[in-house]
Amino acid sequence: MSLLSVEGLTVGLPKGGDRANAIEDVSLTLAPGEILCIVGESGSGKSMTANAAMGLLPHGLPVRSGRILFEGRDLLTTPPEEMRRLRGSRLAMIFQEPMTALNPLMRVGDQIAEAMRVHGAAAEAARRVPELLEAVNLPDPGNLARSYPFRLSGGQRQRVMIAMALALEPALLIADEPTTALDVTTQMQILRLIREVQGRRGTGVMFITHDFGVVAEIADRVAVMQRGRVVESGTAAEVLNAPRHDYTRALIAAVPRGSAAKREAVAPGEPILSLRGVRKTYHRGGGLFGKGQSFKAVHDADLDLRRGETLGIVGESGSGKSTLARAIVRLVRPEEGEILFHGTDLRPLGREAWKPFRRRIQMVFQDPYASLNPRRSVGEAIAEGPVTHGVPRAAALERARELLRLVQLDPGAMDRYPHEFSGGQRQRIGLARALAMEPELLIADEPVSALDVSVQAQVLALLADIRKRLGLTMLFITHDLRVAAEICDRVAVMQRGAIVEQGATAQVFDAPRHAYTRALLESIPGRGWTPPV
Amino acid sequence: MTGLLRRFTRHPGAVIGAVALLLVLALALLAPLLFPGSPWDMAGAPFSPPGEDGMLLGSDSLGRDVAAGIAYGARVSLMVGAVSTIVSILIGVALGALAGYLGGVVDDAVMRFTEFFQTIPSFVLAILLVAIFTPSITSIVAAIAIVSWPPVARVVRAEFLSLRGREFVQAAEVLGKRPLSIVLTDILPNALSPIIVLASLNTASAILLESSLSFLGLGDPNLMSWGFLIGSGRSVIRIAWWMSVFPGIAIFITVLALNLIGEGLSDAMNPRLRKRGAP
Repeated sequence: MSLLSVEGLTVGLPKGGDRANAIEDVSLTLAPGEILCIVGESGSGKSMTANAAMGLLPHGLPVRSGRILFEGRDLLTTPPEEMRRLRGSRLAMIFQEPMTALNPLMRVGDQIAEAMRVHGAAAEAARRVPELLEAVNLPDPGNLARSYPFRLSGGQRQRVMIAMALALEPALLIADEPTTALDVTTQMQILRLIREVQGRRGTGVMFITHDFGVVAEIADRVAVMQRGRVVESGTAAEVLNAPRHDYTRALIAAVPRGSAAKREAVAPGEPILSLRGVRKTYHRGGGLFGKGQSFKAVHDADLDLRRGETLGIVGESGSGKSTLARAIVRLVRPEEGEILFHGTDLRPLGREAWKPFRRRIQMVFQDPYASLNPRRSVGEAIAEGPVTHGVPRAAALERARELLRLVQLDPGAMDRYPHEFSGGQRQRIGLARALAMEPELLIADEPVSALDVSVQAQVLALLADIRKRLGLTMLFITHDLRVAAEICDRVAVMQRGAIVEQGATAQVFDAPRHAYTRALLESIPGRGWTPPV
Repeated sequence: MTGLLRRFTRHPGAVIGAVALLLVLALALLAPLLFPGSPWDMAGAPFSPPGEDGMLLGSDSLGRDVAAGIAYGARVSLMVGAVSTIVSILIGVALGALAGYLGGVVDDAVMRFTEFFQTIPSFVLAILLVAIFTPSITSIVAAIAIVSWPPVARVVRAEFLSLRGREFVQAAEVLGKRPLSIVLTDILPNALSPIIVLASLNTASAILLESSLSFLGLGDPNLMSWGFLIGSGRSVIRIAWWMSVFPGIAIFITVLALNLIGEGLSDAMNPRLRKRGAP
């Protein structure tokens, strides 16, 4: 018998939404001890399905039809009080954002014990808490149970969340993008942990993700969702290697390839940008009384960027890659070192002396929702830079129209405001704004990491195309090795503020020399899987 | 601009507020036509209740027409409210923007200066300033402006601090825009909603402050104001309620109207709240 079976579930959306139902006629089954991955892009209804199973649907979203059978009983008709008893004991859930999922004022051990207490297992709590922390591979469980959450890293917090979810040995674990907010190496550890724990206890896991790499890593069976419907489901091998539905094929085709494509080496010309001995230290706390802490965000990050090439800077969060990018455009001012652009040291220059270089070095930002002024129309935003540098307004607006066409947007978008566009479209607008200055060096700081895979693939293709057409030199910052492999000629790997390895992409990926690079490469989810399309 | 007006008029409360404020404004402008002669002149028998002796809202203890007092008082109250708010917003925005955008030492200096004003109870400071500089319309407006800019500076600083770190401000920086242009075209427009709401609230509280000062006898002795009317009627409120109640209603309506307008404006100016399909 299946552990969970969702039958013909339809959940409505309020009137005026972009479609009639959040999820429509969704049917899924999950056997005990099985991992079912639900894959889809944002807005596909995958989280809604999970929330419906937990009885956590937001108010105002009516269940129009269908049943959710858990061990033979319909969860939708179960009274709220009984549902509460089931949640936490038989059904458990892990959320995406570990940084905010724990109560910051409560010790970790107490939080796990509380989860047990509300289900009447308080007596066992003292004994079980260290056991549970040990089961999720946390070091020194006794000590850790007495710590407050702020002492723990994101990965450790997610382990605590898993320990809490497993405290009462639930039959079903729902994991909603549990590794999306984590670094790759941590993600791999958490994925292994979930696999190991569920294997040991025979828990059924419903795992929600947008990442096919993660699916390849963990899934037994897969269901693909698009606009509220399940378009394809089957075993992991079937769906991953022989997708039948067009949408699944498109999604898989959009997955950035893990292996570096062979590409022609860029002719070793003059370096247009060189960093020598750049160092940026942040100070925190301190003041009149006592010294604060200092943190070396960037040190030992020498690099050369030659005309026409794309250099990827890869690293996990906190490795200093963004600080490095921002130091080049003077958003961050390093305390020492040389930033040589065509031989001119940019670091000591003041705002006015920098101005001529603004035309030649431009930047594309990470967050498509924060990088455009919400009160300025798209046309104005794109024309603004050239106007600042003395181009007549009419000419700049005319050019903005052409640029919108270049980034494959309708020139009619000129008079509209950023909030009317999707994330991918906004990122194109941000790119057009940078290109309006006709720069020779483009710095792209995680330009695709906030986007869905299919949109990500489009934006990457656009970037590659424009780079070739305009002969741009690009510094591409990313945490995603697969993306770096796709677009970069050379890669520099950063760890704790230093570049530990750099070289041609193929060389770094095929024959990594540094242990950290190897660890990163081994953590790419789904690296054993070669997409069929 | 027409779009802004259309969105503003979609707010029923804001429209009611705007109409009420326009009526008060019309009353103030038309006062010499509606009530020829000085509001300080005796117009009938003292203590006439509303409707008697040809006076719509009755007369006060010296036989002055209360309705005429309210009409002339509207000029003073609105003028004091508008001018002191403009001055306080200018001071507050300038200092707050400076502190929030530049940060560091400047921020510290400006904020300590602001706190210096905030540690003194504002009404006491206003009384003190008016008393020192002798009550006149100029000293009253100055005193009200001086006590009401600190909250503006704080709000503007907080907005600037959060907006300064946004990527679109960094993008403007990378485009090579001048700091003044970044402040005026990128940061300030996005900080406008709270400033406008604050301006309407400040106007309302400036009117209240002026009334309170006049109530205590610290108003301009040559100008009729609502606070003065209430103040002079307060000792006889049990036998002649109309002397204090009608000016009180005038203050209430004006203050409420300003608050409604502020709210409507802040919604109308926020592009994210625009209804789908509307330009």
